[in-house]
Amino acid sequence: MEQKPLTIYENMELNGYSRRDFLKFCSWLAAYIGIESSGVGKIVKAMETKPRLPVVWFHFQECTCCSESFIRSSHPIVSDIVLDKISLDYTETLQAAAGHQAEEVLHNTMKKYKGEYLMLVEGSVPTEDDGIYCCIGGRTALDIVQEAAAGAKAVVAWGSCASNGCIQAAKPNPTGATPIKNIISGVPIINVPGCPPIGEVMAGTIVHLLAFDRIPQLDGLGRPKAFYSRRVHDTCYRRPNYDAGLFVESFDDENAKRGYCLYKVGCRGPVTYNACGVMRWNDGVSYPIQSGHGCIGCSEANFWDNGPFYQHLSSFPGFGIETTADDIGVIVGAATVAGMAAHAISTNIRKRSQIREGIKESIEEVNNDKGGE
Amino acid sequence: MNSSKKIYVWELPVRFYHWLNALCIVALASTGYLIGSPPAVQSGSEASFGYWFGIVRFIHFVAAFVFFFNFLFRIYWGFVGNKFARWDQFIPYKPHHWKEILHVLCLDILQICKKPLKSIGHNSLAGLTYFITFLVFLFQSITGFGMYAAMSDSFLPNLFAWIVPLMGGDFAVRQWHHVMMWFFVIFSLVHVYLVFYHDYIEERGTISSMAGGWKFIEKNK
Repeated sequence: MEQKPLTIYENMELNGYSRRDFLKFCSWLAAYIGIESSGVGKIVKAMETKPRLPVVWFHFQECTCCSESFIRSSHPIVSDIVLDKISLDYTETLQAAAGHQAEEVLHNTMKKYKGEYLMLVEGSVPTEDDGIYCCIGGRTALDIVQEAAAGAKAVVAWGSCASNGCIQAAKPNPTGATPIKNIISGVPIINVPGCPPIGEVMAGTIVHLLAFDRIPQLDGLGRPKAFYSRRVHDTCYRRPNYDAGLFVESFDDENAKRGYCLYKVGCRGPVTYNACGVMRWNDGVSYPIQSGHGCIGCSEANFWDNGPFYQHLSSFPGFGIETTADDIGVIVGAATVAGMAAHAISTNIRKRSQIREGIKESIEEVNNDKGGE
Repeated sequence: MNSSKKIYVWELPVRFYHWLNALCIVALASTGYLIGSPPAVQSGSEASFGYWFGIVRFIHFVAAFVFFFNFLFRIYWGFVGNKFARWDQFIPYKPHHWKEILHVLCLDILQICKKPLKSIGHNSLAGLTYFITFLVFLFQSITGFGMYAAMSDSFLPNLFAWIVPLMGGDFAVRQWHHVMMWFFVIFSLVHVYLVFYHDYIEERGTISSMAGGWKFIEKNK
């Protein structure tokens, strides 16, 4: 171990980056995390003075799509800075160490950098049957999370698994898969949902932590506002078609060819908060809506249970797969009308005498009036 | 022979509230339904030439604000209005309210009782139903403004932004906001039917009372 850990800038210099490259990178970072140009100086300063940030990256009930997305974030220096310049001390999928060595590294970091290391979690944590459905090194994920979170500076929940539970937590959730925010407390938690989240969003979140030494501004669901404050719908290039009432009716119709709004074929854009419409995927090449498929809302809680994906209203539990609230409403409405008709008939039968009485009284009164004239 | 006396039941603000509310609900439910399932329009025109869906949404939002403040006004009137408009007409907090509810169910809905019951304002069952309706008004206002908050910086909608995290996301909020639209449809059907029913059976001018405010009560009862 080094006596005095090198700063990020020193590390970059060692790797052959020039001062010019470094400054370019810093302004690019600033643009990425959405701060104004006057903030670039802060980033430069932070990078020049801060040592590498110790990071442990856990993988529990997940598919590693978050890691895959992350290593594909478009700017080459991102993977460089984040995988190289942060001190990624423990990550099951990328580390060279295995078995006891890996465990030792993890515990060294947790001990040496107590209260300083960043904990990144990919995947949900099973809680059913004492959490035995996900064990690493003979310990349950639940155990590991609780121990590691206790000494962490901040916890980042990568992806929908760690933020919302994702598919493991979909009904009937046999393993009791639980998002990180429901397991730990007392540590700042940043949720970065998505299945997977956009690589640049992940990098941006880390960079923010790295540069400013504090967590980014979060919304009500604990997501960084910089990336999750707008709905996919609000930043969608097809939005004018929505406002003009031009909708794709089925995937093979003329409207689909014209690129109309995918709202009626189940696009979840209007209820999904993410940066897909702005950052797009794979170096800004495209995103689902641009490819002609509606958003499935992968960064929203319970998106697997809010199906089917190709209709906008979710099916109603207990009424068959394609029955929506509207179908139920029509049935209840028809039953109500039938009930009213039956009631009206019943009224005329059961209250017959009362109605006749009223009419009789009225006739008498009219006759009396005439008699009085 | 029964002669009748007239009673001023619904004051002008109550009647005004009622019809404005009815108008808002018709506008909100119909535009809301359109927003949920827009009709298929086959058109080759560019999006820049049309804005009808935006207008439908605009009407929905404007009606929502009117509806909300009208609702607030009605709550206020529940504390300053006459005895037929007061808040205690809506909440069955005394045993005799519940007795009356059972009585109404037996007499008017199941039609198996003979003992007459003619209330001047709302009967207890109607009052309870309107109270539930007010709760749905509140729910629709909270969920509606909660969704609206995402595209607005103004103060009022953002007061309700907390509902989205509470319900777990926009999808659930939208789903329940939509489901509750059907409550209004069913309510309106039953409400209009029962007004006709009471007018027919009780001979007190129930229907016209919401226009002029007067009901006509038998003198010797």
